[in-house]
Parts: sequence; C-alpha cells; structure tokens
Amino acid sequence: MAKAGQGARRGNGLGFSWYNPRVRSVIYQAAVLGIVIGLVWFFVATAQQNLERLNISSGFGFLDTTAGFGIIQTLIPYTEQSSYGRAFLVGLLNTLVVAVIGIALSTLLGFVVGVARLSRNWLLANLAAAYVEIMRNIPLLLHLFFWYFVVLRPLPGPMQSLEPVPGVFLSNRGLILPEPVFDASALAFLSALILAIIGSVFLVRWSRKRQLATGQLFPAWRVSAALIVFLPALVWAIGGAPFHLEFATRGSFDYAGGMRLLPEFVALTLGLTLYTAAFIAEIVRAGIQSVSRGQTEAAAALGLKESTTLRLVVIPQALRLIVPPLTSQILNLTKNSSLAVAIAYPDLVAVFAGTVLNQTGQAIEVISITMAVYLTLSLLTSLAMNWYNARIALRER
Amino acid sequence: MGMEDVSGRPRMKPGTSRSPLGWARRNLFSGVGNTVLTLVSVYILWMVIPPLLDFTIFSAVWTGTTREACLVPDAGACWPFVWANIDQFIYGRYPPSEIWRVNIVFALGIATIVPMLIPAAPAKRFNLIFLLVVYPLIALVLLAGDRPGLPPVPTSEWGGLLVTLVVAVTGIVVSLPLGIVLALGRRSSMPAIRMLSIVFIEFWRGVPLITVLFMASVMLPLFLPEGLNPDNLLRCLVGVALFSSAYMAEVVRGGLQAIPAGQYEAARAVGLGYWQAMIGVVLPQALRHVIPGIVNTFIGLFKDTTLVLIVGIFDLLGQVRAQLSDPNWTVPQGALTGYIFAALVFWVFCFGMSQYSNFMERRLNTGHER
Amino acid sequence: MKNPLVALILGILIGVGGLYFMLPYEPATRGAREIQPEAAPVTEGAQRVAAGSTLQRVKRRGFLQCGVSQGLPGFSNPDDRGNWTGIDVDYCRALAAAIFDDPAKVRFRPLSAKDRFTALQSGEIDILSRNTTWTMSRDTQLGFDFVGVIYYDGQAFMVRKASGITSAVQLAGATICTQTGTTTELNVADFFRGRGLSYQVLSYEKNDEAISAYDQGRCDGYTTDASGLYAERLKMKNPDENIVLPEIISKEPLGPAVRQGDPQWADIARWTLNALVNAEELDITSKNIDEMLASENPLVRRLLGDEGAYGQAVGLEGDWVARIVRAVGNYGEIFERNVGAETPLGIKRGLNALWNDGGIMYAPPIR
Repeated sequence: MAKAGQGARRGNGLGFSWYNPRVRSVIYQAAVLGIVIGLVWFFVATAQQNLERLNISSGFGFLDTTAGFGIIQTLIPYTEQSSYGRAFLVGLLNTLVVAVIGIALSTLLGFVVGVARLSRNWLLANLAAAYVEIMRNIPLLLHLFFWYFVVLRPLPGPMQSLEPVPGVFLSNRGLILPEPVFDASALAFLSALILAIIGSVFLVRWSRKRQLATGQLFPAWRVSAALIVFLPALVWAIGGAPFHLEFATRGSFDYAGGMRLLPEFVALTLGLTLYTAAFIAEIVRAGIQSVSRGQTEAAAALGLKESTTLRLVVIPQALRLIVPPLTSQILNLTKNSSLAVAIAYPDLVAVFAGTVLNQTGQAIEVISITMAVYLTLSLLTSLAMNWYNARIALRER
Repeated sequence: MGMEDVSGRPRMKPGTSRSPLGWARRNLFSGVGNTVLTLVSVYILWMVIPPLLDFTIFSAVWTGTTREACLVPDAGACWPFVWANIDQFIYGRYPPSEIWRVNIVFALGIATIVPMLIPAAPAKRFNLIFLLVVYPLIALVLLAGDRPGLPPVPTSEWGGLLVTLVVAVTGIVVSLPLGIVLALGRRSSMPAIRMLSIVFIEFWRGVPLITVLFMASVMLPLFLPEGLNPDNLLRCLVGVALFSSAYMAEVVRGGLQAIPAGQYEAARAVGLGYWQAMIGVVLPQALRHVIPGIVNTFIGLFKDTTLVLIVGIFDLLGQVRAQLSDPNWTVPQGALTGYIFAALVFWVFCFGMSQYSNFMERRLNTGHER
Repeated sequence: MKNPLVALILGILIGVGGLYFMLPYEPATRGAREIQPEAAPVTEGAQRVAAGSTLQRVKRRGFLQCGVSQGLPGFSNPDDRGNWTGIDVDYCRALAAAIFDDPAKVRFRPLSAKDRFTALQSGEIDILSRNTTWTMSRDTQLGFDFVGVIYYDGQAFMVRKASGITSAVQLAGATICTQTGTTTELNVADFFRGRGLSYQVLSYEKNDEAISAYDQGRCDGYTTDASGLYAERLKMKNPDENIVLPEIISKEPLGPAVRQGDPQWADIARWTLNALVNAEELDITSKNIDEMLASENPLVRRLLGDEGAYGQAVGLEGDWVARIVRAVGNYGEIFERNVGAETPLGIKRGLNALWNDGGIMYAPPIR
C-alpha cells in the first residue's frame, strides 16, 4: 500500500498487476462492497433466523388490521375501527402540521431576531444576542419540558378555564377558539378574493413591463394590496359575512365544540419555534452581514430609497447565503418534531413507532417505515430548496 | 430599521461626546424609531428579568433538608431539592461505595482535555491518541468494573451527568475517526466507495435521532445472533456514534474541500501513498480549518444526549425528572427548579464550547491574514 | 510519517478489542455463539440443543436475569437502595431458589412497557415477570410462551372524588390518561366504543407521566389494571381524593413469559408457579417447611421431593419446592406480603384466592 502511485509502473492500464492503480482501485472497491454486502447479508439472515426461531410475525399485512386504539388529535376521520395504516396517516399529518406551523413561525421570528441583532439600537441588539445565546445552548427537550410541564400543565382545569377574550378559553386541556363555520356567501367571498389576487398578478406584470419599456413607475404593489383588501370587503358588505363563529359550549367535563389546540401541540410548537428561531437568527445575521457595505453605498449613490435598496440590493444577495443553511434548519425542525413523543403529542413517532409498534410487536417493519418517511421528507425539502436556490442563483447574472 | 448598517457596530461620529448620556442618545434614542425599539426592549427585559431573579434568588428557598422547607407560600425556587439530590444528578444510582471510580474518570478526563484545548500546550499528537484510545478503555474498565478489585456496576445503575458525558464522549471519540473516513470516502475517486459513503451519510442525516434510538433499543437486538445481547446503553451508544459520525463527515468534507488539490498532488509527487498523503499533509490542514465546525457538532451532540431518556436511560435530564416524581420532594415549584438547574448545566457546557469555537475561529482567521 | 499510521491501526485494533471486551457482560454468554442452531430447517435434534440452553446458560452465568417493571408498588418496585419487592420479583426469586437454592442469585432488569418484549425476544433476560397480560396475540405472534397466571387482574378507572362520578358509564366525553403500548389502551377504546360513548385518550410513553398528567388535572380519569390503580394511588399528591370505579372492563391475567422454543425452561417456569400455589393449598409455609418435610401426607411428600423425582425431570434437584418455599414462602404468603390487606395497597384476595376458597387460583397437581 505504501508504494502506491510510484509513477514509473503506471503503465498502459492493461496489465494485471498489483501496482496498476486501476486494478487496485477495482480490487479495493470489490473488497469494500464485498464486506458491506456480507454484513448486510449477515444481518438480514440473522434477523430472518431470529424471527423464525422466535415465531414473530413479519410482513406489512398488519397495516390493514384494525388499530383499536384512540388518538387524541386527528386531522382526517379516524375511529378505533380504522386500520393501522390509517393511524399511520393520522400520525404523519400531525407531524406535518406541527412542522409546517413551526417552520413558518420560526422563520418569521428568526428573521426578526436576526435583523434585531444588527440593529443600531444597542439595547435591542444585545437583547437579541442574549436570546440567541440562551436559546440555542439549551437542549430542545428541555425547552419542551419547560413549556409543557412548567407552563401549560399547571393551568387551571377546564371548569375554571381562563377566558382572556370572550369565546376563547385557556385551560390545562388546551386553548379553545371559536370555530369559523362557512355560510352561503362564502363562495362569493372566496371568488372575489381569488379574482383580486389574479388581477394583482396581472397588474404587477403589466407595471413591470411598462417600467422596462418607458421607465415610468406605477405603484403596482400598493394598488394590488388595495385590490385584495377592498374587493372581498365589498362582497362582505353586500352579501353578508362569509362565515360565522361557533363558540365552544360547556360540556360535562370540558368545553365541547370550537377549535381546540392541545397543550401538547402548543408546547411542541412553542419549543420548536423558539429553539429553531435562535439558529435561523444567526443565519440571517451572517447572510445580511455578508452583503458588503459598498453595495448599500452604491445603491444610495444611485439615489435608491432605503426600502428599495433593501428589497432590490441587500435581500436578494443575502438570501443566496441564507437559503442553504436555512434549509438544513427547516429539516432539523421537521426531524426534531419527533420529540413530540416525550410530551405525548400524537405525531408519527408517538403513534406509529410508539403505539402501533407495541400493539403489533413488528419492530423492523414499523421502524423502517418511520425512517423512510423522514428520509422522504428530507429529500423532498432539499429538492424544493435546491430548486428555489437555483432560481435565486440565476438572478445574479 | 438599522438594517443598512451592515457592520452591526455603532459608527462613531467624530466630535460626539463620550459621556454616558451622549452614548445613550447616540445608541438608544437617536430617532423616533430607535426610541420605540428601546422602549420595547426595556419592556421585554422588565417582563423577564425581575420575575426570573425573584424566583431564582430573592424568593428562593436556599436552606433546608426536606420538602417542608419549600412549602412556604410564595416561595421561589426550591434549591434544597437540588442539594439533596445532587449525587443522583451526577452519578445516577451508581453505588455510593464505588463513586470514587467515577471521580477518577472525571478527573482524568479533565486532565487530558484541558491541555488539548490550550493551543500552546505541548504533545498534542500524543495527547490526542491518549484521549481517543487509552482514555476510553480506562474509563470503560473503571466504570463497568467486573475486574479484580472492581465489582461490576451494571449500566442500568449509571445515570445523571455521568451518562450524559459517557454518551457525549463516546459519540465524539467514535464520530471523529469514523467521520474522517466517511468524508474521505465521499471524496474518493472510486465510485463504489463514494456511493456507499453518500448513502451512509445521507441516511443518518435524514432520520431523526429519536428513531435511531428506537431502532437501537427495539430493532437492533433482532439483527444480532442469539446470545449476543449488548445492553441498552451500549446499543444506544452505537446509534449515537453512527448518527454523529455522519454529521462529522459533512463537516470534515467541508474542510477537505477548502484544501487546494495541489497539496495532495504535491504530496503524491514526492512519493507519498494515499494514506500517507492524507494523514501527513491534507487532513492536518483540513481539520484545523474545521475545528469550529467540529466543536459545533459536539455541541449538537451534547444537547442531543438528552434524547436517551426517551428510551429509558437516565441522563442528567432524565434523572432530574426521575427525582421530581419522588414523593419526598413533590413541591409545586420543584419542576421549574429542576429544569432551571439542568438548563444551567447544559448551558454552561454548550456556551463554553461555543465560546471556545469562536476563539479558535478568530485564531484561525488571524493566522490566515498574515 | 509512519508513526501516525501505526497509531491509527493500533487505535482501531484496541477499539475493536475494547468493544469485544465490553459486549457480552458475563463470561458465560461469550461461548454461547458456538451452540447456535444451524440455519437449516429446525430439526428435532437442533431443537433439543436449543432446549437445554436457557437453564444451562443461567447455571453457567451463575444468576437469573429477570425482566421487571420500572417501579410498580406491590409487583416490582425498587426502594432507595435498589432492593426490589413485589409479587413479580418474588416469583423470580422463587425461580432462582429452585435453580440455585439461593433466592439472591437473580438480577432485575427494569423494563418499560415498550422494551419488555424485545428484551425477552433478544435473550437479554431469561424470563419476563412484569405484570404482563397473557393474550393470544402475544402468545402466538411475539414468540413467547406464557407459563401461567400469577395474578388475575382486570382493568378499571380512577377518577377524582370531587368529580362526583360513581360509575364508568358516566365518563362520556371525558379525557382519559393511559400508558402507550399496553392492552389498557385497547380495552378503554373497546369499552367506550361498545357503549357508543365519546371520549379522548391521551397516551404517554411512561406510566409515571400518565399518572402525573392525571394528578395535575390534564385528564379526568386514569386507567390501568385495578391492582395498578391501587398501587399508583399511593404515589399521588392526595391519595384519598381519588377513587377507583367499580367497573372491571377487561380480563387481565398477568403472568410470567418465556421465549418459545425451549420447552424445558418453560416447564421450569410453569411448575415453579404451580408449586407456589400447590404449596399454599397444602398449607406449606416458609415457617412450617421443616416440620412439613417430615409429613406423611403423600401429596406433601411428592411436592417436597420425598417421593418421586419430579424436580429431576425438569433438570432441577429433588428438593426444589422446599427451596422455593423456604426462600419466598407459598403463593398466599407472597400475596399477603406484597399487596395484601396489611400492606398500604390493601388488596383483597378476591379472584386470586384458591379455587377451594372462593377464588379461581388453581394449579395442576404435582404427581
């Protein structure tokens, strides 16, 4: 091995010699592949033998079997008679909903804190810095325990619910909001909204074209905003409210009806958001700082307004640096949502790799499916972000 | 607001006064917007700091030996809960007569790691080998026992900070060499090896650690031959090590990419083999480049050790939770006290590491700007 | 430039060696791989090889590995110093006494509801004695054999007295806390579904968390086996403020389980349990065992090994039952000591009384 690449023997690559780098490369690869395949084969064979010896059932047939247990939060219809496969979907949707909301909130908060860190206001900048340093150096699980066990659990019971706003109840059973129920006029309202949005898109395109052709500016954004607000509002005023609120009513144990946010859900969302926002803030800060001051000064010299500079000069350049690490934070948040199992939020891991695994005992199948789901989510997110990244990267030309 | 000031440093205008009042006017009240931001910040601070200080210091119960001490009305943190359980928090249920073994392991660890961190300290290479090879073996023998003079202590009795450190250090010690090998594999010119490395790395990076731990605790035993039953902690250690080595591989790969190909080619040209060129020339430079990244991976790993409590291993946080359910210490403010204590311990470790990483980063940067 | 290479190789060697050194905890299992049955279809011969292995392995190792709960008063519960007490624990001690004539030769392995089956499947423990319900799917699909029933239990609900509820059917619309991965989770669904009642269930990974959730008011009710309810009530802030509702909604025969494929080991486990019950039936206690050894009653003589060679037939000594009773007493003694009227749990014998005393505890005869 130590004599590798002693140039003289490199030869024509045809002779079969240990000193021929191509031959050696093939041998190395064959050896490593052989070892890996051997290991995989060994594990698979052992597992098969173990399953047979212990008489454990295998296969994915269990997905059609009746689950028989209840789940506290279901976004799609689910009863105890539903199958394990259905329970899997319920868990997956619960994971996705917490991930999507967490991503939106943490990105928002992360941008605010990241910008605040660069503020000229000494107090605000240091406050933001303290937030980042405290939040990101404490394990996420501790964040979740804090929100769940310290903040939300000791809230009063459902019969002594706090009512911060009429119709909104807060107790240790969660946050109960009035549920919007759509009325007949909802269709007209929705059509107006869609019409307004389509109109704005055309308006913006037209104004851009006109600007390119004539150089004249048209306040397209402001007009669009006005369109989107006023057209549906007009429909509302004429046709009446598109929905009414249905308030929760007092049941024998708890309030019934309304929209309920479980304390487990609230704690998970809060913990994930506050923790991930600290990382996003650092990414945003680094991204903005990377845009050299010369760019801003050049824009100012051209007579651009501060907001225009920000929108057209700083942010597009900063985004190119922000997006790749932001992607990995978004992926982290999605994966971290699996900590739900520690505070009993029924996410994919809690429902599927927890209850279903225990009820069926089919560890290999259940864990494999769970891992495959997260791998797919990771893959999809990175594909989407790569696509977005490519679009942003194109703009620099 | 303030966004255009990309440096983040307040600009000093010539001729402005250096008095505190002037400073405040310049940095806090330089305009309407700025004043509003200052007021908002003051409000946030006012909402957070006084209650926090009141709970942890002024209203806190500092002395006492039983829960009754903490049952006074409006009491803050119940520190006697922490004092009374400090042994459990550090050692778990490790037999008290054997705790000296843990202490030796801790002391030896500090004695090796501190010189490692000081850039000026000598014998780095020897120290690294000691830390990566000899120290884990000594720690293993001392902690697990079952040798003459050392009665066995099953891992189910380990707990607290001990387990946190065992998991973190194992992850670090295994992930560094494994991560380097994987990173080299990913940049290898041999397609089969490159593919295998990519699949391995992307697999572990794509799944959450908790599913890895579930896999280690409920699925792995089915893949091992009958009679080979590593205990739960060991299985989780394997899971954590594989998981963190994938992240480490990506960090190391970043470092390798920063080294110009000329370095490797030059090393080969003077007659060094692949491994000689890598170990002697490329890796030392690449690793030095990514020390901050490596430390950041360690910080992540250290925080992630808390997840083992979900599979029934009592790390520091798990031990705090276990002691909280002890009926002798059920006090209303117990949970918050325990969590603040745990948060403080984790924060000190992680913040310390991140400051060290910053320090190394600055050192490296100045080194380049000669 | 050679030094780092040598060091790396040395390091890898030492690392691999260290792993080998750590893997099997007890020297006995190190040789276990050699007597692995071949991958070929399991012949009778191969089965016999496997058959002797558990007892042999336990004997060679010098102690029994017993899977218990992480802390359930009355069944398996460690105190501050790690001393275990409870019915499930005493059963394992009885087994250790039968094998080694020393009830202390057993190590308890605390397991969560989730880990328990894998631990038994993988051979990490020799026997699972962890208030586990004997169900058909567990017996047939998980690769276990249940060896008998040590406690006839049934699932019930606990609610706060202040709620004014006196019957489980009043729980319509309630939130119920339970532990994930148990039959209780399924029974509670069956109960409400069968009566067309609405409910919400919140499943926690750990039992302690389910209880504290109930205790803090996150749920209106908590459900598990009735024996467990009495045991957990002791851990609550104010035990007296909670009541156990009268309805028993399921059959929960709790018993020890062993791996399938080792009939001898299953026999030892099964007959140790039967011996405990038979001993109570014949009034053999830990106090009168020495007098009983001189008894003329043929039933007693057979049980204590004075007549016949019943112990030898399963690979034990002739005096195996005497060892058991001397070490832990008979079934009745174990029951009274751990969960009986004199203990904080204060559970009546009920179903668990002997068959000739109003219960259904019945053991096949030893003859």
